[in-house]
Formats: sequence, C-alpha cells, structure tokens
Amino acid sequence: MKVPISWLNDYIDLDGLSVEEIARKLTLAGLEVDEIKYAGLPMPSYKEGEPHEFKTSGIGWDRDRIVVAEIRKVNPHPNADRLTLLDLYDGQQDQTVLTGAPNIFHLKGTGRLEKPIKVAYAKEGSVIYDGHAAGLVLTTLKRAKIRGVESYSMVASEKELGISEEHEGIIVLDDAAPVGMPLADYMGDAVLDISIVPNMARNANVLGIARELSAATGRPFKKPKIEYSTEGQPVNDVVSIEIQEPQLNPRFVLGLIRDVEIKPSPYQIQRRLRLAGIRPINNIVDATNYAMLDIGEPLHAFDYDSLKERAGDKDVKIVTRSAKDGEKLTTLDGNTRTLTSSNVLVCDEKGPVSLAGVMGGAETEVYDASKEVLDATSSEAKHGELPRGKASVRGTSTTNVLLEGAAWNFINIRKTAKQHNLPSEASFRFSRGVHPALAEQGVRRGLQLMAEWSGGKIAPGLVDAYPLKPLDPIITIRSRDVKRWLGIDLTEEEIAGLLTRLEFECTIENDCVDVRTPPHRLDIGQGIVGLADIIEEVARSYGYDRIPETRMADALPPQVGNPVHEWEEHVRDLLVELGLQEVVSYRLTSPERESRLVAYNEYATLANPIAPERRVLRRSLLASVLEAAEKNARAESIAMFEVGPIFEPVKNGLPNEPRRLSMVLTGLRYPTAWDVKESSRFDFFDLKGRIEQVLEGLRYTDVSYSAIDSVNYLHPGKAAQVKVNGQPVGVFGELHPLTKEKYEFGEAPVIVADFDLDALRKATPTYEVVPVADVPPVLEDIAVIVDESVPAERVASLIKQTGGKTVTQVRLFDVYRDEKIGAGKKSLAYSLTYQSDKTMTDADAAAIRNKIIKRLEHEVGAKLRS
Amino acid sequence: MLDRLNEIETTALESLDAVHDPDALEAWRVGNVGRSSPLMRVFGELGKLSKEERPVVGAAANRVKVALEAALTERAEAIKAAMLAKSLEEEQLDVTLPGREVQRGRLHPSTQQLRRVLDILADMGFQVYTSREVEEDEVNFQLLNFPLNHPARDMQDTFFIEAGERGDNPIVLRTHTSPGQIHAMRDAVRSAMDPKNPPPIRIALPGMCFRYEQITARSEIQFNQVEGLVVGKNITFADLKGTLIDFARRMFGQDVRTRFRASYFPFTEPSAEMDVECFVCGGKGCQVCKNSGWLEILGCGMVHPVVLQNGGYDPERYSGFAWGMGPERQLMLRYKIDDIRYFWGNDLRFLEQF
Repeated sequence: MKVPISWLNDYIDLDGLSVEEIARKLTLAGLEVDEIKYAGLPMPSYKEGEPHEFKTSGIGWDRDRIVVAEIRKVNPHPNADRLTLLDLYDGQQDQTVLTGAPNIFHLKGTGRLEKPIKVAYAKEGSVIYDGHAAGLVLTTLKRAKIRGVESYSMVASEKELGISEEHEGIIVLDDAAPVGMPLADYMGDAVLDISIVPNMARNANVLGIARELSAATGRPFKKPKIEYSTEGQPVNDVVSIEIQEPQLNPRFVLGLIRDVEIKPSPYQIQRRLRLAGIRPINNIVDATNYAMLDIGEPLHAFDYDSLKERAGDKDVKIVTRSAKDGEKLTTLDGNTRTLTSSNVLVCDEKGPVSLAGVMGGAETEVYDASKEVLDATSSEAKHGELPRGKASVRGTSTTNVLLEGAAWNFINIRKTAKQHNLPSEASFRFSRGVHPALAEQGVRRGLQLMAEWSGGKIAPGLVDAYPLKPLDPIITIRSRDVKRWLGIDLTEEEIAGLLTRLEFECTIENDCVDVRTPPHRLDIGQGIVGLADIIEEVARSYGYDRIPETRMADALPPQVGNPVHEWEEHVRDLLVELGLQEVVSYRLTSPERESRLVAYNEYATLANPIAPERRVLRRSLLASVLEAAEKNARAESIAMFEVGPIFEPVKNGLPNEPRRLSMVLTGLRYPTAWDVKESSRFDFFDLKGRIEQVLEGLRYTDVSYSAIDSVNYLHPGKAAQVKVNGQPVGVFGELHPLTKEKYEFGEAPVIVADFDLDALRKATPTYEVVPVADVPPVLEDIAVIVDESVPAERVASLIKQTGGKTVTQVRLFDVYRDEKIGAGKKSLAYSLTYQSDKTMTDADAAAIRNKIIKRLEHEVGAKLRS
Repeated sequence: MLDRLNEIETTALESLDAVHDPDALEAWRVGNVGRSSPLMRVFGELGKLSKEERPVVGAAANRVKVALEAALTERAEAIKAAMLAKSLEEEQLDVTLPGREVQRGRLHPSTQQLRRVLDILADMGFQVYTSREVEEDEVNFQLLNFPLNHPARDMQDTFFIEAGERGDNPIVLRTHTSPGQIHAMRDAVRSAMDPKNPPPIRIALPGMCFRYEQITARSEIQFNQVEGLVVGKNITFADLKGTLIDFARRMFGQDVRTRFRASYFPFTEPSAEMDVECFVCGGKGCQVCKNSGWLEILGCGMVHPVVLQNGGYDPERYSGFAWGMGPERQLMLRYKIDDIRYFWGNDLRFLEQF
C-alpha cells in the first residue's frame, strides 16, 4: 500500500513529525514501511556513520529553484516546428522557456492565453530527473542553446519531478495553484510503501493508516465528515436490490448521481493517485479509486443509462446471485470469462453486469467518449481546438452513474480472484475482508467526490440491502490478563485508554474493561481468541519497545534430549573427520534422474510441481549424492556424503521418511602437490576403510562384510554388504560400469555406499575398552597359502577364534600371488600380536601358532608358506 | 721432565687451534691425550723417576692432562656449534611454497549454522525436537490457526502431494517447522502423568521446509528453519523479549541492538518481528541491510490460544512463545552470499569456503 504523506495529513496533523519518524512509528506498530519515496519533500541527509533507517529513493525539490509558474503565451520556435517557446511568469519575473510538450502544443501561436496555464517551473541549477533518460537519472539544469534559442530552465513533467513515469507532457497544475510558491510547499510529498500483513487488511487505506498513526503518536484522528446536498428523484424510486445469498453478499448499497461531466480529475487528485500507484482515468473512475484508497471500500461505477436501457427503460433491479456453471461475462478488461457456480455475480434482470468484488462488466462500465483525447498525441490537433476522439459505438459519454458499494464473503472472493487470475486493488481488499459498514461510507464518499469533480447532482438516499450484519464482538479484559500475557502492569483505565485510540469503545466496570470492536474491523474473534486479539492491540498501542525484557521464571521441562538427532550428528562428525564433505541436496527430484541409478515405479508425487525435474520426493539418497559428485566431476578428488531422509510413498497417506547415509568417493586418493606429481585413485578399499572407521567410531564391534552381487548399480565383483550384529545395514562398492556410463564421470572408478541409518542406529554397540597391557607383547608374522575362493575375512576370523584372547591383533599386511604359489592360490600374510597378563615366551607363542596353523589347514586347506 | 710437559702442553694447545672438524678433533685427541701420546708416555715413565721427582712430575702431568681434556671438550662444543650453525644456514626452505594439501572434511554450511544456533539454544535450556517433513494440511496449517482459504495461506505457498481424495486435508510438504509445535505438545500431553497438567516445554525445532516458489537467486523451494517453542504457566511477552535478546547477544555479539516490531503470524498473538542492528555495517546503512541499518532476523510471538488448545494445553492456564529463523538467511547476511541457490547446488567451490 503506497500512502502519500499529503493524503495522510488530511486525517492527522503531521506538523513537526519527519517522514522518517512517521515511518518508524508505523513500522513498530506492524505497518512495515518497506521504502520511502520522496517526491518533493526534503530528503533526509545522513552524516557520515549515522545509521540509516529506511530504504529511500526519490528527490526533494529545491524550494528556491522549483516553483509554481504560469504560462501566459505559447509562441512558435523560430527554428523547430515541434518545439514551442513559452512566455512564462514565475512570480518574480518573466521567463522564456522552451518545450516540446505535446499537451500544450495545440495552443501554439494562439496569442495571450485567456486563462494562464499553471505549471511546475524548474529554474537553472535545479536538480531533477532527466526526462529523456531510461530509468531515473539525476541531472542539473544548465544553460544551453537549442536550435539557436537559449534555454536555461524548463517546465517539468511528472517524471522529471519524480512523481511518476509520465513524460508525455508537462504537468498542468490546478488553476488555484499560487504562482511563485515553492513547488515543494504547494505539493511536495513523500510516499510510504507499507506492507499490509493479512490481519492488517483493515488498514489498506489512508484512513486506516491515519488511525494507526494516531494511536502510535497520540495525535487526534480527524475522521472526515461525508456531507453533500442532493436533488432529483430519490434513488430508491428508480432502483431496487435483491440479494439471493446473504452469506456470500451480506450487504449491497447503491447511490445515484446524475448529470456528471466526464473529464480529468483535478491535478492534485491525479498526482495523489499516481503516487499511490493508480493510473488516473477520469473523474468518475478516479472517484471510485480515490474513495477506495481513502476508506478501504472498493466501489464500482455503472453507467446508469445502459442499465436502464437493458431494463427496457423500466426501473433498474439489481440481483446478486451465484453464477450458473458456464455462464459468460465480458469483463471491462475485454476478456470474456466463463464462470462457475462458486462465482458471485451482480446482475440485472437481463443478466450479469459484474463479477462481484473482482471486476465489472464491459457493457455497463462508465464510458468516456472523448477518451482518446486524454491519451492523444498532437497529430490531429488544430489551432485552438481540442482534438476529438473517434465517435464511439456507445455514442455519448456516461452522464448518470449508479455507484455500488458492497460486502462480500472474503473466502469466496479469494477463490474467484484466483480462479480467474484477477488480482486487483478490489479483490486484494475483498479477499482479505472488508467490514460491511464501509459499503455505505464508501458509496457516500464516492458520490461526494464525483459531485465535487464532475458537477453531478446526487440523488437523495441510498438503496441499502443489509441482510447479514456482522457481529462486532465485545471482549472483557482485566489487568491480570495483560499481566499474564505481556508481563506488564496496566490499570483498567490505562488499558481502556490504549484501546480507545484505536476506536475501540471501552467501558470499565469494577476490574473489567468491556471492549466493543469498532465497525471497521473483522479481525477480532470471540472468547479467549478475542482476548488474545485485544491483548495484541494493547501491546501495539502501548509499544513493544516499552515492554520490559525478563528471563523466564517457569520450571524447566523434563530433560529428554533427542538421541536420534544427537546420534546422526555424531555420524556426521565421524565422516567429516575422515575427510568427507557433507552435501545437502534437493528433496525434490524426478524419476528420470533417479532411474540412472535405480528405477522406482511409485513416488510421492507433487500435485503442483514448479518444474518436471522437481516433481517427486526422492527415494534414493545415493542418487542425490551421485548427482552432486557428477556436478563436481572436474574436481581432482571427490569424497562426499549426505545424511537425510528418503520418501517412501504410502497410498493416500503420509510417506515414510526413513533416514539414509550415502557416500561417494572418486578421483585421487591424495591431492597432488608441487612435489607430489602422482597419486593413485580411490578404490573399493578406500571406502571400506572409511566405513570401518565410522562403524568403529560408533562403537560397533560385531561388523562383517560379505560379497554381494544383487545390487544392480554395483560392480558384481566389487560390492559388499555390511552387517552389524548380524543385521544388514548397508551396501557399498564400485559403481557398475553400465551405471557409471549414465553419468558424466571421468575414468576413475566411482565408489559408493548407501546405508540404512535407522537399521544402523538400532544396532546396539557392544564395545568395551581393552586394558592396556604392561608386559611386552610377542609379535610374529605368518603367511598362509589358500585357494583364491577363501575370503580373507574367513582366515582372519579363524585366527582370532583359535588364538582366543591371547591374540589381540591380527593384521593382514600382504596379499601375494605368483607362479610358485600356483594358479588359483594366494598367499595371505598376517602379523599377529600375542599378549598375555604375564610375559610370554617364544615357546608360548609357538604353541598357539601351531594350533592356528592346524586349524587353518583343517578348515580352509591352508598351507604355511615358508 | 717438567720442561717436556710444558712443551707438550704448549704444542698440543697450539695445534688444537687448527682443528675445525670432528675428524681432525679425533686425530688430535689420539695424538695428544691418547694412549700413546707424549703425555701418556710421561705417565708411563713416572716409575723411572726418583721418589722426590715422582710426585712433582706426576702432579704436573695430571694438570696438563686436565687442561688438555678441558680444551678438547671446549673445542668439541665449539665445532658442534659451528657445524649446527652451518647446517642451519644451509637448510633454508622457500617457506612461501604452498603447504601440502590435506583433504579436510567439512559440514555443509547449513549444518554448521544449524549447530551454532542449536548449541546456543541448548545452553539456554532448549532441547532439540525433530519431526517429519511431509505433513497433513491439518497439522501444517489448520491446527496452527490457518483456516482453509484463509488469506494467511497466501504467506506460505505450498507444495501438495497427490494423494487421492482427502477433502480438506491434503498432504503437503511442510512450509515451516511449526507443525512440530503440535507434535511436541501432543507428545508431552500423551506422556504426562496428568494430561490436564502437562509439563512445560522448551524446545528447538530444526529442519527442512518447502515453499512453492520459483528457484531464483532470491527464492528457493527448500530451506532450513529453526523454531523455538516455550510453553509454561507463567510465560509472558516480556520473557519472549528477554529470551530472544539473550539469544541475539550470543548469536551476534553482546552489544547487538535489537528492536521488536508488531507483525502477524496466524499461530502467534501478539506477533512481532525482531530486527538486529546490521552486523555488516553497524547500522550505518549498506547493501546487506538495504540501507536500513536493520536486519530482519526472526519472527516471533506469543503462542496463539488456538494452537495451545490444539496441542492439548489449556490456554487459560498455559501460555508460551515461539519464534522462527532461517540459518541460510543468517549465512547469506553474514557472508554476503547473494545467491540462495548455492546452498543446494553442492558445488565444492562453494562448500569448501566454509
């Protein structure tokens, strides 16, 4: 919501408050000012090192150099057809000013103007925006010769003064503008761009902002009186209303104004509308928009005569009802819309005339036959004559206006605006809730403005159908409630005082304050919800900054911690210690992306994806990590992991979210350096070593590895399953060559692991510390020759079993094959550590060794290698 | 004899001056104090001397021996020192050559930041509570006081999961960690001895959240959130301010200035935004704070009575506060990261900077 300060000043005296102070008060009260745009008022200047407070843009106008002036004569330029020379008086002296402005070109050479034209005059040295530059570029007016005529000053356009983007012509001020007055004093302004959060929708209007500012500053709120005179036949005699569904349309109000003359609004009004972000159209449309921004009630103006014509010259009857499925309406943006039964229509007896609360129909819109004039360039202009627009199909401009103000169901409007993709100022407000009381105030304000700007005559009375009045809740609040929620002590009188500033009506009885919700807001609930709503208003009005800071005095909760989270963090730490980089991937992926690794038929699928490649929740964490590795394939070494959920679909229900750990290793084992030219590549055993370390770090001792050839994406000969305490917890190995081909990896093998963290977490650690011996161990190496088919782990576990607790360490230090050993055989060399409580002799060790060798011979046909 | 001894001493000490390396020193030792050196021969000849001469010459020979050995030791130390000095001088590295790279593992920056936040909260007595990422609309919205079709839903654009006909309770990717508030309260009520008097709650809820957004430099479809929740019998807005200011001091420095602005969230009332003075420019105005001097750091408020009720806590007797903040946003502000897509882009060139 863009709020010009000048407009705000109509309803609260801002004298002595800086624009920034106003913005600060509003921001702290919950109306966050995102930006301040200056359009004339002096901009704040910051000293070096002084804190800024708001994002700021725009320009201030130099009071000495930019003034109100009047054009007295429009002369031709001696050397340029498209330019004119203006005789201009700036309040002090006559000036000659050059311009190419199309909106006064038609006056060229007409001699002394009967009525001088009031303009914004920028003298030499003024700092303004360059009207011809793209975007906003500041420039200083300098003396120059243009086509042989000296130019040192200019008549400004809105763009040049930072009011709008408009640069098609110069600003033509209202006739009352006092010549010679600094323009900044006459119409210097600043615009506050305010975010309106949903429960502040009532404040999406200047009155609302003024009310809040009044509460925040304690300055009086000057609510406007809407008064006007009426004449002619009362509107109730010629128009009637029927509301078919009060739930959807609690109130409908119509007013009538006759004999309007459609023309541009006064310049000051146009300027305010532009600053507020609304394009001025003509005085009637502008009046509806102005009243909406003023009060918050969106209005719709019908061409009364076209409604009458549709009624066959009989009295107009307006009916509001749900649309029929398939019913059509051409809205005033020219689109024909097919409606559904959830849409609400404003109809006459012939059919729909407006999509309720969202957009009016084209046929009955206010029509301006001279519309082209307003947008005209000078091509058809003749001396002394305004160019006329093309004769229209509708003929003459609207002269009688039927003005609608209504209340609608906000949920219904919200759905309709979404359905037809019609976000508008009206639907913004109606879809957040507008109090029905505003329907009448809005229509009266609109009529008042139309009469003022168009010379129309307002018909007596309003047609007002109000079948469903909202409940304006009354909440009882006590000092102790405020104490309990906010931690501050306020008396009943203080509470009432704070709320009265926001137009709540408060009555104090004993220790209770009864608070009546004012008839402009729909955000106050009932019961304890209403109490919370009121307490928030007390807090805002009191000022959050005045509430003290305390430390909680309440009891501490029972300590339960989060073992799952803590355990996973430990896993992460172990992996990082091992040199792996953690990655975090998108949970959303596509079946195609995952199918490079593994294909699933079922997914938790988005109903509204942003893109096809992010339309399902991942089922494979490893696929995510592989993608991350692939992305970094140019790095010389990659070692990464991710810990996180995958999502297993459950029909019509919430997916399961099991936790996974995936790892990828590829590239160089060690980084190369200036004196290390070569490094080998990561292989299966690099990953296995890391896995062993992680499992050891997690205090698992019963860990076994077995070959597995059933994982499609793994090399069948270089893949292993990991079991902890006999339960499978994960697989790892080299990526299958056919799988690897589907990724853009280099030549190096890609080693991957995929662990089920839930299974792993459930395995109970069996770790106990082994006492450190204080007698020396006996160390011995033995090498045995076994068939290739005997897994190393089998040999090692036989050694351990046979050696018992005396053999404390079995370390494989060599695997060797050659002709002497024989084909299909391998030699495994182990270094054994014998350790006992007392000093061992070589003979003690030899006895155990012989037992081990016998056992190996017997179980796996091993032969001792001499 | 005594003259001979004097000569031996003089000659030996003189020749020692020319000794500059360990080999020469050994040769000198052998030649001057070794078994067959002239000095030792003097000792061998002592027996031949008269009773009177013997002690005089013996004492003199001993004196010379001590003197030569002392000189030897001194010389040996001098040679060692000289050699060390020489070798130190020769063994000069180009210390500006790069160090040998070590592959260091790192946590993802978001994990790092999450931990920083959770560690501080742990010190303040907040335990970690985690819950699922895919939720029912009811838990993600309705129980948190976002009624169906409420304009507040516009604040959180939502991903929906295809899940057959579920009417008004579709399945959604959680848009915030707040559904955890409902889960945590209900857990506490379930496990309470007296469900009418459930225990107080003080938890931190970290986790991934999702919004229906286009992926751009400024907006993402997923982001982490950490939420804090306190529920108890005497919890006030003043406690909220005190607790969050304490947190901000730990997080951003003891001197950090904060301010609270009124705001709106459906699940808290009163609601506020807490700003901290821009830690990049110290409030003077810069790109990071968009020249405002303040950074929006978290949204907070008193837990809405409807939410307490839905969690199983009687809002007439219990109150609480909650707040939420984004670790990625904090990182972006702190390290001037101008593109949010870096976080899930998993480019090592980004990740390795943390």
